[in-house]
Amino acid sequence: MTRLLAIETSCDDTCAAVVEDNRILSNVISSQASFHEAFGGIVPEIASRHHIELINGVVAAALGQAGVDLDDLDGIAVTRGPGLIGALLVGFTTAKSLAAAKRLPLVPVDHLQGHVAANFLEPDPLEPPFCCLIASGGHTLIAGVTGHDGYEVLGTTLDDAAGEAFDKAARLLDLGYPGGPAIQNAAEEGDPEAFDLPVSRPDSGRLDFSFSGLKTALAYLVRDLGPAESAVRRADLSASFQRAAVDQLIDRLGAAVAGGSWNAVALGGGVAANAELRKAAADLCDENGLELKLVPIELCTDNAAMIAAAAIASSRDPLPYPDYLPLDAFAEKVR
Amino acid sequence: MTAPTSISTSAEQTERLGAELASELAGGDVVLISGDLGAGKTTFVRGACRELGVEEPVTSPTFTIGRTYSGDQIAISHLDLYRLESLDGEDPALLDDYLGADRIAFIEWPPEGREVDALPVDGDLRTVRIEALADGNRSLVIA
Repeated sequence: MTRLLAIETSCDDTCAAVVEDNRILSNVISSQASFHEAFGGIVPEIASRHHIELINGVVAAALGQAGVDLDDLDGIAVTRGPGLIGALLVGFTTAKSLAAAKRLPLVPVDHLQGHVAANFLEPDPLEPPFCCLIASGGHTLIAGVTGHDGYEVLGTTLDDAAGEAFDKAARLLDLGYPGGPAIQNAAEEGDPEAFDLPVSRPDSGRLDFSFSGLKTALAYLVRDLGPAESAVRRADLSASFQRAAVDQLIDRLGAAVAGGSWNAVALGGGVAANAELRKAAADLCDENGLELKLVPIELCTDNAAMIAAAAIASSRDPLPYPDYLPLDAFAEKVR
Repeated sequence: MTAPTSISTSAEQTERLGAELASELAGGDVVLISGDLGAGKTTFVRGACRELGVEEPVTSPTFTIGRTYSGDQIAISHLDLYRLESLDGEDPALLDDYLGADRIAFIEWPPEGREVDALPVDGDLRTVRIEALADGNRSLVIA
Protein backbone atom coordinates (compact mmCIF):
# COMPACT_ATOMS: atom_id res chain seq x y z
CA MET A 1 0.00 0.00 0.00
CA THR A 2 1.21 3.49 -0.85
CA ARG A 3 -0.30 6.59 0.70
CA LEU A 4 0.79 9.98 -0.62
CA LEU A 5 0.02 13.63 -0.03
CA ALA A 6 0.06 15.51 -3.33
CA ILE A 7 0.26 19.24 -4.03
CA GLU A 8 -0.58 20.96 -7.33
CA THR A 9 -0.26 24.72 -7.92
CA SER A 10 0.60 25.00 -11.61
CA CYS A 11 -2.10 27.53 -12.47
CA ASP A 12 -4.89 29.31 -10.61
CA ASP A 13 -6.07 26.56 -8.27
CA THR A 14 -4.38 25.65 -5.01
CA CYS A 15 -4.80 21.87 -4.70
CA ALA A 16 -3.87 19.17 -2.20
CA ALA A 17 -4.99 15.55 -1.96
CA VAL A 18 -4.32 12.35 -0.10
CA VAL A 19 -4.46 9.19 -2.21
CA GLU A 20 -3.99 5.59 -1.10
CA ASP A 21 -3.10 3.33 -4.03
CA ASN A 22 -5.77 4.40 -6.52
CA ARG A 23 -8.33 5.46 -3.94
CA ILE A 24 -8.88 9.16 -3.20
CA LEU A 25 -9.03 9.87 0.54
CA SER A 26 -9.34 13.63 0.02
CA ASN A 27 -9.12 16.03 -2.93
CA VAL A 28 -9.20 19.71 -1.97
CA ILE A 29 -9.33 22.36 -4.70
CA SER A 30 -9.40 25.99 -3.70
CA SER A 31 -10.68 27.48 -6.91
CA GLN A 32 -9.70 31.05 -7.43
CA ALA A 33 -11.73 31.61 -10.58
CA SER A 34 -14.14 34.09 -8.98
CA PHE A 35 -11.20 36.17 -7.91
CA HIS A 36 -9.90 36.33 -11.47
CA GLU A 37 -13.20 37.13 -13.18
CA ALA A 38 -12.62 40.85 -12.98
CA PHE A 39 -9.43 40.49 -15.01
CA GLY A 40 -10.74 38.43 -17.92
CA GLY A 41 -8.06 35.85 -17.27
CA ILE A 42 -5.65 34.50 -14.78
CA VAL A 43 -3.41 37.09 -13.22
CA PRO A 44 -0.18 35.25 -12.51
CA GLU A 45 1.38 37.32 -9.77
CA ILE A 46 -1.91 37.61 -7.95
CA ALA A 47 -2.33 33.86 -8.39
CA SER A 48 1.01 33.06 -6.78
CA ARG A 49 0.31 35.44 -3.92
CA HIS A 50 -2.98 33.65 -3.30
CA HIS A 51 -1.30 30.26 -3.46
CA ILE A 52 0.95 31.42 -0.63
CA GLU A 53 -2.06 32.51 1.42
CA LEU A 54 -4.05 29.34 0.72
CA ILE A 55 -1.52 26.50 0.59
CA ASN A 56 -1.25 25.77 4.32
CA GLY A 57 -5.02 25.70 4.75
CA VAL A 58 -5.53 23.53 1.70
CA VAL A 59 -2.89 21.00 2.81
CA ALA A 60 -4.35 20.92 6.33
CA ALA A 61 -7.83 20.35 4.88
CA ALA A 62 -6.59 17.51 2.65
CA LEU A 63 -4.89 15.76 5.59
CA GLY A 64 -7.89 16.41 7.87
CA GLN A 65 -10.48 15.11 5.42
CA ALA A 66 -8.37 12.00 4.85
CA GLY A 67 -8.00 11.51 8.60
CA VAL A 68 -4.22 11.25 8.41
CA ASP A 69 -1.27 13.36 9.44
CA LEU A 70 2.17 13.75 7.91
CA ASP A 71 3.51 10.78 9.92
CA ASP A 72 1.03 8.46 8.16
CA LEU A 73 2.41 9.22 4.69
CA ASP A 74 4.80 7.23 2.51
CA GLY A 75 5.85 10.33 0.61
CA ILE A 76 4.80 13.57 -1.04
CA ALA A 77 4.07 14.09 -4.74
CA VAL A 78 4.14 17.53 -6.32
CA THR A 79 3.71 19.15 -9.72
CA ARG A 80 7.10 20.33 -10.99
CA GLY A 81 5.86 21.82 -14.28
CA PRO A 82 4.81 23.00 -16.74
CA GLY A 83 2.79 26.00 -15.58
CA LEU A 84 3.17 29.49 -14.18
CA ILE A 85 6.58 29.58 -12.56
CA GLY A 86 5.60 31.76 -9.59
CA ALA A 87 2.59 29.57 -8.86
CA LEU A 88 4.52 26.31 -9.30
CA LEU A 89 7.24 27.43 -6.92
CA VAL A 90 4.75 27.88 -4.06
CA GLY A 91 3.59 24.27 -4.27
CA PHE A 92 7.00 22.85 -5.03
CA THR A 93 8.68 24.64 -2.13
CA THR A 94 5.88 23.66 0.24
CA ALA A 95 6.17 20.01 -0.78
CA LYS A 96 9.95 20.02 -0.43
CA SER A 97 9.73 21.66 2.99
CA LEU A 98 7.12 19.26 4.35
CA ALA A 99 8.98 16.24 2.95
CA ALA A 100 12.31 17.42 4.32
CA ALA A 101 10.87 18.16 7.76
CA LYS A 102 9.52 14.60 7.97
CA ARG A 103 12.41 13.02 6.03
CA LEU A 104 9.87 11.71 3.52
CA PRO A 105 10.64 10.88 -0.10
CA LEU A 106 9.44 13.30 -2.79
CA VAL A 107 8.00 12.51 -6.23
CA PRO A 108 8.17 15.41 -8.73
CA VAL A 109 5.39 14.97 -11.33
CA ASP A 110 4.85 16.32 -14.82
CA HIS A 111 1.51 18.13 -14.84
CA LEU A 112 0.38 16.54 -18.10
CA GLN A 113 1.26 13.05 -16.86
CA GLY A 114 -1.03 13.95 -13.98
CA HIS A 115 -3.92 14.54 -16.39
CA VAL A 116 -3.20 11.14 -17.98
CA ALA A 117 -3.01 9.47 -14.55
CA ALA A 118 -6.41 10.87 -13.47
CA ASN A 119 -7.73 7.90 -15.45
CA PHE A 120 -5.91 5.43 -13.14
CA LEU A 121 -8.01 6.52 -10.14
CA GLU A 122 -11.15 4.99 -8.66
CA PRO A 123 -13.98 4.87 -9.60
CA ASP A 124 -13.53 2.70 -12.73
CA PRO A 125 -9.75 2.91 -13.12
CA LEU A 126 -8.68 2.68 -16.76
CA GLU A 127 -5.74 0.56 -17.89
CA PRO A 128 -3.59 1.32 -20.96
CA PRO A 129 -3.55 1.21 -23.89
CA PHE A 130 -5.77 4.27 -24.34
CA CYS A 131 -5.48 7.61 -26.06
CA CYS A 132 -6.13 10.73 -24.07
CA LEU A 133 -7.09 14.21 -25.26
CA ILE A 134 -5.95 16.83 -22.75
CA ALA A 135 -7.33 20.27 -23.55
CA SER A 136 -7.09 23.20 -21.15
CA GLY A 137 -6.15 26.87 -20.98
CA GLY A 138 -2.48 26.10 -21.32
CA HIS A 139 -2.30 22.69 -23.00
CA THR A 140 -3.70 20.86 -25.99
CA LEU A 141 -2.34 17.37 -26.37
CA ILE A 142 -3.26 13.95 -27.67
CA ALA A 143 -1.33 11.42 -25.62
CA GLY A 144 -0.90 7.80 -26.68
CA VAL A 145 -0.78 5.96 -23.37
CA THR A 146 0.71 2.46 -23.37
CA GLY A 147 2.05 2.30 -19.81
CA HIS A 148 2.04 4.00 -16.42
CA ASP A 149 5.11 6.16 -17.03
CA GLY A 150 4.83 8.80 -19.71
CA TYR A 151 3.04 8.81 -23.04
CA GLU A 152 3.67 9.38 -26.70
CA VAL A 153 2.81 12.87 -27.97
CA LEU A 154 0.58 12.18 -30.97
CA GLY A 155 -0.21 15.86 -31.44
CA THR A 156 -0.02 19.20 -29.71
CA THR A 157 -0.92 22.79 -30.49
CA LEU A 158 1.28 24.79 -32.84
CA ASP A 159 -0.02 28.13 -31.53
CA ASP A 160 -2.85 28.72 -29.05
CA ALA A 161 -4.21 26.15 -26.59
CA ALA A 162 -7.85 25.08 -26.97
CA GLY A 163 -8.91 26.62 -23.66
CA GLU A 164 -7.04 29.81 -24.52
CA ALA A 165 -9.05 29.97 -27.75
CA PHE A 166 -12.30 29.66 -25.75
CA ASP A 167 -11.11 32.37 -23.32
CA LYS A 168 -10.14 34.75 -26.11
CA ALA A 169 -13.34 34.06 -28.05
CA ALA A 170 -15.34 34.83 -24.92
CA ARG A 171 -13.43 38.09 -24.59
CA LEU A 172 -14.17 38.98 -28.22
CA LEU A 173 -17.86 38.23 -27.60
CA ASP A 174 -17.98 40.09 -24.24
CA LEU A 175 -18.93 36.90 -22.44
CA GLY A 176 -16.54 37.09 -19.47
CA TYR A 177 -14.20 34.57 -17.90
CA PRO A 178 -13.72 31.62 -17.81
CA GLY A 179 -14.52 31.37 -21.50
CA GLY A 180 -15.42 27.69 -21.80
CA PRO A 181 -18.63 27.66 -19.76
CA ALA A 182 -19.52 31.17 -21.01
CA ILE A 183 -19.32 30.11 -24.68
CA GLN A 184 -21.16 26.86 -24.01
CA ASN A 185 -24.02 28.66 -22.23
CA ALA A 186 -24.28 31.35 -24.90
CA ALA A 187 -24.16 28.71 -27.65
CA GLU A 188 -27.18 26.84 -26.34
CA GLU A 189 -29.63 29.16 -28.12
CA GLY A 190 -27.42 29.51 -31.19
CA ASP A 191 -27.09 27.88 -34.60
CA PRO A 192 -23.71 26.14 -34.94
CA GLU A 193 -23.93 26.46 -38.75
CA ALA A 194 -24.78 30.17 -38.73
CA PHE A 195 -21.21 31.22 -39.50
CA ASP A 196 -18.61 29.25 -41.39
CA LEU A 197 -15.55 29.40 -39.14
CA PRO A 198 -12.41 27.50 -40.17
CA VAL A 199 -11.34 24.09 -38.85
CA SER A 200 -7.54 24.06 -39.14
CA ARG A 201 -5.68 20.94 -40.20
CA PRO A 202 -1.97 21.77 -39.85
CA ASP A 203 0.23 19.91 -42.29
CA SER A 204 2.87 18.93 -39.72
CA GLY A 205 3.05 15.16 -40.13
CA ARG A 206 1.51 14.74 -36.69
CA LEU A 207 -1.98 15.21 -35.27
CA ASP A 208 -1.25 18.81 -34.35
CA PHE A 209 -3.72 21.57 -33.58
CA SER A 210 -3.93 25.21 -34.56
CA PHE A 211 -6.46 27.55 -32.97
CA SER A 212 -4.90 30.87 -33.93
CA GLY A 213 -6.68 31.02 -37.30
CA LEU A 214 -10.04 30.35 -35.67
CA LYS A 215 -9.43 33.14 -33.16
CA THR A 216 -8.47 35.52 -35.96
CA ALA A 217 -11.48 34.55 -38.08
CA LEU A 218 -13.81 35.23 -35.16
CA ALA A 219 -12.10 38.56 -34.43
CA TYR A 220 -12.68 39.70 -38.01
CA LEU A 221 -16.21 38.39 -38.11
CA VAL A 222 -17.03 40.38 -34.96
CA ARG A 223 -15.36 43.47 -36.40
CA ASP A 224 -17.22 43.20 -39.69
CA LEU A 225 -20.58 42.65 -37.99
CA GLY A 226 -20.04 45.62 -35.70
CA PRO A 227 -20.78 45.80 -31.97
CA ALA A 228 -24.58 45.97 -32.18
CA GLU A 229 -25.03 43.09 -34.62
CA SER A 230 -22.37 41.02 -32.80
CA ALA A 231 -24.32 41.41 -29.57
CA VAL A 232 -27.56 40.36 -31.28
CA ARG A 233 -25.90 37.35 -32.92
CA ARG A 234 -23.89 36.35 -29.85
CA ALA A 235 -25.57 32.95 -29.52
CA ASP A 236 -24.93 32.09 -33.19
CA LEU A 237 -21.35 33.35 -32.97
CA SER A 238 -20.73 31.29 -29.82
CA ALA A 239 -22.31 28.16 -31.31
CA SER A 240 -20.36 28.52 -34.57
CA PHE A 241 -17.08 29.07 -32.73
CA GLN A 242 -17.74 26.11 -30.45
CA ARG A 243 -18.57 23.88 -33.43
CA ALA A 244 -15.33 24.78 -35.20
CA ALA A 245 -13.23 24.25 -32.05
CA VAL A 246 -14.89 20.92 -31.20
CA ASP A 247 -14.72 19.76 -34.84
CA GLN A 248 -10.96 20.27 -34.84
CA LEU A 249 -10.46 18.44 -31.54
CA ILE A 250 -12.63 15.52 -32.68
CA ASP A 251 -11.04 15.40 -36.15
CA ARG A 252 -7.59 14.93 -34.62
CA LEU A 253 -8.89 12.55 -31.95
CA GLY A 254 -10.55 10.51 -34.68
CA ALA A 255 -7.26 10.24 -36.54
CA ALA A 256 -5.54 9.14 -33.32
CA VAL A 257 -8.22 6.47 -32.80
CA ALA A 258 -7.79 5.25 -36.38
CA GLY A 259 -4.00 5.26 -36.15
CA GLY A 260 -3.52 3.09 -33.05
CA SER A 261 -4.98 0.16 -31.19
CA TRP A 262 -6.57 1.53 -28.08
CA ASN A 263 -9.08 0.12 -25.60
CA ALA A 264 -10.54 3.49 -24.76
CA VAL A 265 -10.52 7.22 -25.35
CA ALA A 266 -10.11 9.50 -22.32
CA LEU A 267 -10.75 13.23 -22.03
CA GLY A 268 -8.93 15.52 -19.58
CA GLY A 269 -8.33 19.20 -18.91
CA GLY A 270 -10.92 21.91 -18.36
CA VAL A 271 -12.16 21.84 -21.96
CA ALA A 272 -13.20 18.20 -21.34
CA ALA A 273 -16.09 19.68 -19.36
CA ASN A 274 -17.56 21.02 -22.63
CA ALA A 275 -20.84 19.22 -23.32
CA GLU A 276 -20.54 19.37 -27.12
CA LEU A 277 -17.03 17.90 -26.98
CA ARG A 278 -18.27 15.09 -24.71
CA LYS A 279 -21.18 14.36 -27.04
CA ALA A 280 -18.94 14.28 -30.13
CA ALA A 281 -16.35 12.09 -28.37
CA ALA A 282 -19.13 9.68 -27.35
CA ASP A 283 -20.24 9.43 -30.99
CA LEU A 284 -16.67 8.85 -32.11
CA CYS A 285 -16.24 6.04 -29.59
CA ASP A 286 -19.59 4.48 -30.54
CA GLU A 287 -18.56 4.37 -34.18
CA ASN A 288 -15.27 2.70 -33.28
CA GLY A 289 -16.50 0.35 -30.57
CA LEU A 290 -14.33 1.99 -27.92
CA GLU A 291 -15.01 2.89 -24.33
CA LEU A 292 -15.19 6.63 -23.63
CA LYS A 293 -13.62 7.33 -20.25
CA LEU A 294 -14.86 10.52 -18.64
CA VAL A 295 -13.42 11.14 -15.21
CA PRO A 296 -15.52 13.30 -12.86
CA ILE A 297 -15.18 17.04 -13.62
CA GLU A 298 -13.14 17.65 -10.47
CA LEU A 299 -10.54 15.21 -11.84
CA CYS A 300 -10.63 16.81 -15.33
CA THR A 301 -9.66 20.26 -14.16
CA ASP A 302 -6.44 20.81 -12.24
CA ASN A 303 -6.34 18.79 -9.03
CA ALA A 304 -3.79 17.14 -6.77
CA ALA A 305 -5.33 13.63 -6.73
CA MET A 306 -4.16 13.11 -10.31
CA ILE A 307 -0.64 14.14 -9.29
CA ALA A 308 -0.67 11.51 -6.54
CA ALA A 309 -2.04 8.98 -9.04
CA ALA A 310 0.83 9.66 -11.45
CA ALA A 311 3.37 9.25 -8.63
CA ILE A 312 1.83 6.03 -7.33
CA ALA A 313 1.42 4.42 -10.76
CA SER A 314 4.98 5.27 -11.78
CA SER A 315 7.55 2.50 -11.63
CA ARG A 316 10.28 5.03 -10.90
CA ASP A 317 11.57 5.25 -7.36
CA PRO A 318 10.68 8.35 -5.31
CA LEU A 319 13.59 10.65 -4.51
CA PRO A 320 14.82 9.99 -0.97
CA TYR A 321 15.69 12.83 1.43
CA PRO A 322 17.84 14.89 0.83
CA ASP A 323 18.28 14.22 -2.91
CA TYR A 324 15.39 16.48 -3.90
CA LEU A 325 16.49 19.58 -2.01
CA PRO A 326 18.39 21.14 -4.97
CA LEU A 327 15.47 20.63 -7.39
CA ASP A 328 13.46 23.55 -8.77
CA ALA A 329 10.16 23.86 -10.57
CA PHE A 330 10.06 24.53 -14.31
CA ALA A 331 7.64 26.67 -16.29
CA GLU A 332 7.90 24.47 -19.38
CA LYS A 333 9.10 21.16 -20.69
CA VAL A 334 9.68 18.82 -17.80
CA ARG A 335 10.30 15.29 -19.04
CA MET B 1 10.88 61.00 -38.24
CA THR B 2 7.83 58.96 -39.19
CA ALA B 3 8.34 55.22 -39.28
CA PRO B 4 7.48 53.60 -42.60
CA THR B 5 4.34 51.48 -42.84
CA SER B 6 4.52 48.01 -44.38
CA ILE B 7 1.48 46.17 -45.71
CA SER B 8 1.26 42.41 -45.24
CA THR B 9 -1.19 40.40 -47.31
CA SER B 10 -0.51 37.02 -45.66
CA ALA B 11 0.78 35.29 -42.54
CA GLU B 12 3.89 34.33 -44.52
CA GLN B 13 4.55 37.97 -45.33
CA THR B 14 4.06 38.95 -41.68
CA GLU B 15 6.63 36.28 -40.77
CA ARG B 16 9.03 37.72 -43.37
CA LEU B 17 8.67 41.20 -41.86
CA GLY B 18 9.47 39.68 -38.47
CA ALA B 19 12.54 38.03 -39.97
CA GLU B 20 13.67 41.35 -41.48
CA LEU B 21 13.47 43.09 -38.13
CA ALA B 22 15.21 40.17 -36.40
CA SER B 23 18.22 40.52 -38.69
CA GLU B 24 18.77 44.02 -37.27
CA LEU B 25 18.58 42.99 -33.60
CA ALA B 26 21.30 42.31 -31.04
CA GLY B 27 21.48 41.13 -27.44
CA GLY B 28 19.71 43.43 -25.00
CA ASP B 29 17.19 44.63 -27.57
CA VAL B 30 13.53 44.56 -26.58
CA VAL B 31 10.73 44.58 -29.16
CA LEU B 32 7.24 45.62 -28.06
CA ILE B 33 4.51 44.26 -30.34
CA SER B 34 1.00 45.66 -30.06
CA GLY B 35 -2.18 44.90 -31.97
CA ASP B 36 -5.64 43.46 -31.39
CA LEU B 37 -6.50 39.79 -30.84
CA GLY B 38 -5.76 37.94 -34.06
CA ALA B 39 -3.74 40.75 -35.68
CA GLY B 40 -0.69 38.52 -36.14
CA LYS B 41 1.62 39.35 -33.22
CA THR B 42 2.69 35.77 -32.56
CA THR B 43 3.03 35.22 -36.33
CA PHE B 44 5.44 38.18 -36.49
CA VAL B 45 7.47 36.81 -33.55
CA ARG B 46 7.50 33.35 -35.14
CA GLY B 47 9.12 34.81 -38.27
CA ALA B 48 11.68 36.66 -36.16
CA CYS B 49 12.50 33.52 -34.17
CA ARG B 50 12.97 31.48 -37.38
CA GLU B 51 15.43 34.11 -38.65
CA LEU B 52 17.33 33.81 -35.37
CA GLY B 53 17.59 30.05 -35.79
CA VAL B 54 14.74 28.72 -33.64
CA GLU B 55 13.45 25.48 -35.14
CA GLU B 56 10.91 24.32 -32.56
CA PRO B 57 7.25 25.46 -32.68
CA VAL B 58 6.82 29.07 -31.57
CA THR B 59 3.52 28.91 -29.69
CA SER B 60 1.41 31.39 -27.79
CA PRO B 61 3.04 32.29 -24.46
CA THR B 62 -0.25 33.57 -23.01
CA PHE B 63 -0.48 30.79 -20.42
CA THR B 64 3.05 30.82 -19.05
CA ILE B 65 3.57 34.59 -19.68
CA GLY B 66 7.02 33.85 -21.03
CA ARG B 67 8.75 31.26 -23.19
CA THR B 68 12.43 31.06 -23.93
CA TYR B 69 14.07 29.76 -27.09
CA SER B 70 17.64 29.16 -28.18
CA GLY B 71 18.65 30.70 -31.49
CA ASP B 72 21.87 30.03 -33.43
CA GLN B 73 23.75 32.85 -31.75
CA ILE B 74 21.57 34.15 -28.97
CA ALA B 75 18.77 33.33 -26.54
CA ILE B 76 15.29 34.67 -27.24
CA SER B 77 12.46 35.48 -24.87
CA HIS B 78 8.87 35.59 -26.03
CA LEU B 79 6.59 37.27 -23.52
CA ASP B 80 2.86 37.90 -23.49
CA LEU B 81 1.41 40.21 -20.87
CA TYR B 82 -2.19 39.67 -22.06
CA ARG B 83 -3.29 38.28 -18.72
CA LEU B 84 -1.70 41.00 -16.63
CA GLU B 85 -3.85 44.01 -15.87
CA SER B 86 -0.67 46.06 -15.54
CA LEU B 87 2.86 45.69 -14.29
CA ASP B 88 2.02 47.88 -11.31
CA GLY B 89 1.70 45.74 -8.24
CA GLU B 90 3.48 42.81 -9.87
CA ASP B 91 6.60 41.33 -8.43
CA PRO B 92 9.34 43.53 -9.95
CA ALA B 93 11.33 40.33 -10.61
CA LEU B 94 8.55 38.94 -12.84
CA LEU B 95 10.38 39.80 -16.07
CA ASP B 96 13.95 39.47 -14.78
CA ASP B 97 14.50 36.00 -16.19
CA TYR B 98 13.36 37.14 -19.61
CA LEU B 99 15.14 40.45 -20.18
CA GLY B 100 18.90 40.97 -20.26
CA ALA B 101 21.95 41.97 -22.28
CA ASP B 102 22.47 38.37 -23.35
CA ARG B 103 19.10 37.93 -25.06
CA ILE B 104 16.57 39.43 -27.44
CA ALA B 105 13.08 39.83 -26.00
CA PHE B 106 9.76 40.10 -27.83
CA ILE B 107 6.83 41.33 -25.71
CA GLU B 108 3.22 40.98 -26.88
CA TRP B 109 0.51 43.04 -25.13
CA PRO B 110 3.32 45.27 -23.88
CA PRO B 111 3.10 47.75 -21.04
CA GLU B 112 2.33 51.37 -21.92
CA GLY B 113 3.38 54.85 -20.83
CA ARG B 114 5.64 55.16 -17.85
CA GLU B 115 5.65 51.36 -17.37
CA VAL B 116 7.64 51.14 -20.61
CA ASP B 117 10.25 53.49 -19.14
CA ALA B 118 10.55 51.16 -16.15
CA LEU B 119 11.42 48.14 -18.34
CA PRO B 120 15.04 47.06 -17.90
CA VAL B 121 16.24 47.49 -21.51
CA ASP B 122 19.98 47.00 -22.07
CA GLY B 123 19.95 47.56 -25.84
CA ASP B 124 17.52 49.26 -28.20
CA LEU B 125 13.79 49.47 -27.58
CA ARG B 126 11.87 48.74 -30.80
CA THR B 127 8.13 48.90 -31.36
CA VAL B 128 5.87 47.10 -33.80
CA ARG B 129 2.25 48.10 -34.23
CA ILE B 130 0.12 45.67 -36.25
CA GLU B 131 -3.33 46.70 -37.42
CA ALA B 132 -5.93 44.88 -39.44
CA LEU B 133 -7.19 46.84 -42.43
CA ALA B 134 -10.72 46.71 -43.77
CA ASP B 135 -9.59 44.57 -46.72
CA GLY B 136 -8.10 41.88 -44.43
CA ASN B 137 -4.50 42.93 -45.00
CA ARG B 138 -2.36 44.09 -42.08
CA SER B 139 -0.44 47.29 -41.72
CA LEU B 140 2.76 47.10 -39.70
CA VAL B 141 4.55 50.14 -38.34
CA ILE B 142 8.01 49.06 -37.26
CA ALA B 143 10.01 51.70 -35.40
